[in-house]
Amino acid sequence: MDWLPTLWFILIAVLWCGYLFLEGFDLGVGMLIGLGRADEKRKRVLLNTIGPVWDGNEVWLLTAGGATFAAFPHWYASLFSALYIPLVLVLLALIFRAVAFEYRGKATTLVTRRLWDLALGLGSLVAAFGVGAMLALTTTGLPLDANGDRVGGAFAWLNGYALLGGLAVVLFCLIHALAFLALKTDGPIRHAANRRFTRLVLPAVLPLLGWVLIVVSRSSSVAAWALTALAVGALLCSWLFAKAGREKLAFLGLGLMLLGGVAAIFTAAYPVVLPSSLDAAFNLTVHNASSTTSTLQLMSVVAAFGVPLVLAYQAWTYWVFRKRLREEHIPEPHAVLSVVD
Amino acid sequence: MDPLEIARWQFGITTVYHFLMVPLTIGLGLTVAVLQSVWLRTGNEHWLRMTKFWGKLFLINFVMGVATGIVQEFQFGMAWSEYSRFVGDVFGAPLAMEALLAFFVESTFLGLWIFGWKKLPAKLHLATIWLAALASILSAYFILVANSWMQHPVGTEIINGRAVMTDPWAVFTNNTALVTFPHTIFGAFAVAGGFLLGISWFHLYRRRRDGIDTVGADGKVIVGEDLSKGRNRDKTDHKVWLTSLRVGAVVALVSFTGVAFSGHEQAKLMFEQQPMKMAAAEAACHDGTGFSVLTIGDISKSGATGCDDIAFVFELPGLLSFLANGDFDTPVKGVNTLIPEYQQKYGTHYPNEPGYGEHAGQEINYVPVMEVTYWGFRLMITLGGLSAVAAGVALWLTRKGTVPANKWLSRLALLGIAAPFGANSFGWIFTELGRQPFVVAPNPQMGGVDQVFMYTAAAVSPSVSAGEMLFSLIALTLVYGVLLVVELVLLTRYIRGGVGSAMPELTKDDKRHPNDDHDPSDDGDVLAFAY
Ligand code: HDD
Ligand code: HEM
Ligand code: HEM
Repeated sequence: MDWLPTLWFILIAVLWCGYLFLEGFDLGVGMLIGLGRADEKRKRVLLNTIGPVWDGNEVWLLTAGGATFAAFPHWYASLFSALYIPLVLVLLALIFRAVAFEYRGKATTLVTRRLWDLALGLGSLVAAFGVGAMLALTTTGLPLDANGDRVGGAFAWLNGYALLGGLAVVLFCLIHALAFLALKTDGPIRHAANRRFTRLVLPAVLPLLGWVLIVVSRSSSVAAWALTALAVGALLCSWLFAKAGREKLAFLGLGLMLLGGVAAIFTAAYPVVLPSSLDAAFNLTVHNASSTTSTLQLMSVVAAFGVPLVLAYQAWTYWVFRKRLREEHIPEPHAVLSVVD
Repeated sequence: MDPLEIARWQFGITTVYHFLMVPLTIGLGLTVAVLQSVWLRTGNEHWLRMTKFWGKLFLINFVMGVATGIVQEFQFGMAWSEYSRFVGDVFGAPLAMEALLAFFVESTFLGLWIFGWKKLPAKLHLATIWLAALASILSAYFILVANSWMQHPVGTEIINGRAVMTDPWAVFTNNTALVTFPHTIFGAFAVAGGFLLGISWFHLYRRRRDGIDTVGADGKVIVGEDLSKGRNRDKTDHKVWLTSLRVGAVVALVSFTGVAFSGHEQAKLMFEQQPMKMAAAEAACHDGTGFSVLTIGDISKSGATGCDDIAFVFELPGLLSFLANGDFDTPVKGVNTLIPEYQQKYGTHYPNEPGYGEHAGQEINYVPVMEVTYWGFRLMITLGGLSAVAAGVALWLTRKGTVPANKWLSRLALLGIAAPFGANSFGWIFTELGRQPFVVAPNPQMGGVDQVFMYTAAAVSPSVSAGEMLFSLIALTLVYGVLLVVELVLLTRYIRGGVGSAMPELTKDDKRHPNDDHDPSDDGDVLAFAY
């Protein structure tokens, strides 16, 4: 059953793709609401495009984490403990973001509403940056000793790759959000989103492509190069479609670029899951970091049943909420009534 | 400073906090699903109002459960990396399944429920809340399988120094998990019951105080109306609170019966599986059969340094044996008997290895902090019992249709909401601290599995410094503190607002029937329940 760890490596790549694809746009929309200049009505349109789905999207992150724990305990333990401080910040960001979704509309003063907006915006920004940094480092390496423990103190992880990865994911989320809004809204919001998408998409994905190229150029994998080419091609198509006003195809093109890019990174990295920058002998690989066969078998059965099911009902959810939103759809906000006193 | 101590505080604080939200989510979720079902079946408006009101409070609480749950999921790798390496093979599986099979369902279908009021056909919409509620119960099962394995490892062997799952079926049908699961779920329903009861009492009391409802000569309620200022305290409003109160009281009573029976089963298992925890729960030095109701003296010193410090013990004879064994005369071992047994089996000192950090080579203290286990156990039972008694009294007092117009009783009812929360927290604190010094407690059964255990001292991340841990401990505690205040303020505001706060359409001047209301701004029914 030598192929089981490899299967799980692929599955974890799939989970990260799902996470970046789905939460990508809602992190981006969160940043636009919280840090952009939209007026209240428009903010609420943006909020409601992701309202029914953001929590489901976030679970992709939890599942990626949980699957890493179950299938590659050493990867999970080394990566998460090495990145202690940045992950604390990601957690705080996710906490604020989640709470802001639900509580923003319940604020009774302008000041508290602004604060929740800020929590949503900064939360989305920091979460996107942190996840990007973490993913970049798991492909470019951390100073790990033979036991997989970090050497060099609390900030030993801080380097150019971390910043590049963070920036790459933040910009990707923003541009992905514009594509998404062009698809989910109508009226001025839709047209503005499409215009900006067309103008910004090429520069916005440069850091992401840079990261892909760094990782792919270190390997000799032909498949990784092919996937990179696919990603670039999809990107160009997306741009052309957006120019032609074909929003759905532009969105799909950008999504395909993401999948191609992430697949290229994981293909190039294989079989190393977490390189040690101190000594290649300390690298965590698909083989030395994985769980045993019985666990992987059990998990494979569960995933074979669970993943398609999740995809099906999440797709159905998007179908249920398929209608475009416009400002006129948003009901008046209702103040909480203190009916009793 | 010792990173281990900080990591333990952090885990304790964040988990107890998470478990303030969890039981309310579990208990209210299913309650709301039932309320909505009854509404669809009967078409009576008060059931709809109940669904919306309790549903609103459910959502305010739910999101905090989500926010704090994410921290739990990541913490194992961040602060307890040695633990994660050692147990990942077994422990990661239920965690991953929880996310894949439960959290996805919970979050996706709850999104559909919130936003789907007018977009989905009524029956399908009802199905979404049922799925979300059942998924939260499923998630509890998975996480309790993981936790029960730490209390009582099964289906596992040590291979190359790591715990390896040899029998998944045994892990998922661990007898510890099978009794912990009902105990925890009933505990969650105790919380929901008390919540419904306390809040409904408060509203019924306000109606009486404001002279809306009065009591006739026969003691029966005369329901009145107050429709001034869009207040909407009509006759249906009275029905909403009275029905909620009675539902809550019955749920609380049933739940207490449930925790009592399942708790008894747990005690029997604990006696076999973690005898030291049983002794610590009793602060019992010597073997005995009585359940101590009150032990006066310096509990912390008993056992370890000598039991002479105990000045006074008030015991219910035989009860301890009954709890632990199901009979009245098998003695339960005390701390003094157990220490040498543990030392003989697991050694007197921690191995002198770097993995043990500051504790390498030191003597092992097998006795948990007894003040905490002793009082934790009693507070769990007492607080739960008090709220059950209160529920019984409330049922009786409201038999004629309303509550007494007594300010103090209404304050007490609000206060009573906290008791089941406290019982849950103390239950966990007892369970988790009673397991010390082990993070994975040894299974006394022989044959390989007895080698599967881990000291808490060896579980913490070796490379994470005390400073980093302190940073996260302080940041998380502060943020949690602030958010607790925010949640309480919001809950209070919506609770005081009554049903109108969850159903603004009710308080509009042109009051229409809620079933056929159509908001003109709600063009094309795109959004019925927007943020
Ligand atoms: C007995 C029940 C129970 C227990 C002991 C725990 N939880 Fe929990 N958890 C739930 C029951 C629950 C829940 C009822 O399913 C929640 C509460 C609110 C919610 O959204 O779901 C939840 C939410 C929740 C979430 C967010 C899910 C989402 O985004 O929808 C995560 C990641 C965790 N939990 C993880 C954990 C971990 C790692 C725990 C162990 C330390 C833990 N929980 C203890
Ligand atoms: C939600 C209910 C829970 C509560 C309230 C709770 C409470 C606690 C507390 C108070 C501690 C600190 C113990 C100490 O410092 O001595 C602790 C530790 C710990 N618990 Fe739990 N716990 C809960 C559920 C769980 C679950 C479900 C798991 C695993 C799936 C778990 C795993 C741990 C671990 C790994 C530690 C750290 C090691 C230790 O200090 O013992 N806990 N918990
Ligand atoms: C007659 C009453 C009760 C008895 C005999 C009882 C017994 C027990 C025992 C023996 C444990 C420890 C299990 C272990 O560590 O192995 C426990 C844990 C716990 N109890 Fe209770 N209990 C009672 C009432 C309650 C009530 C009223 C609540 C909450 C409303 C509650 C909530 C909990 C929780 C949350 C835990 C920790 C999780 C677990 O191990 O199940 N208990 N209880």
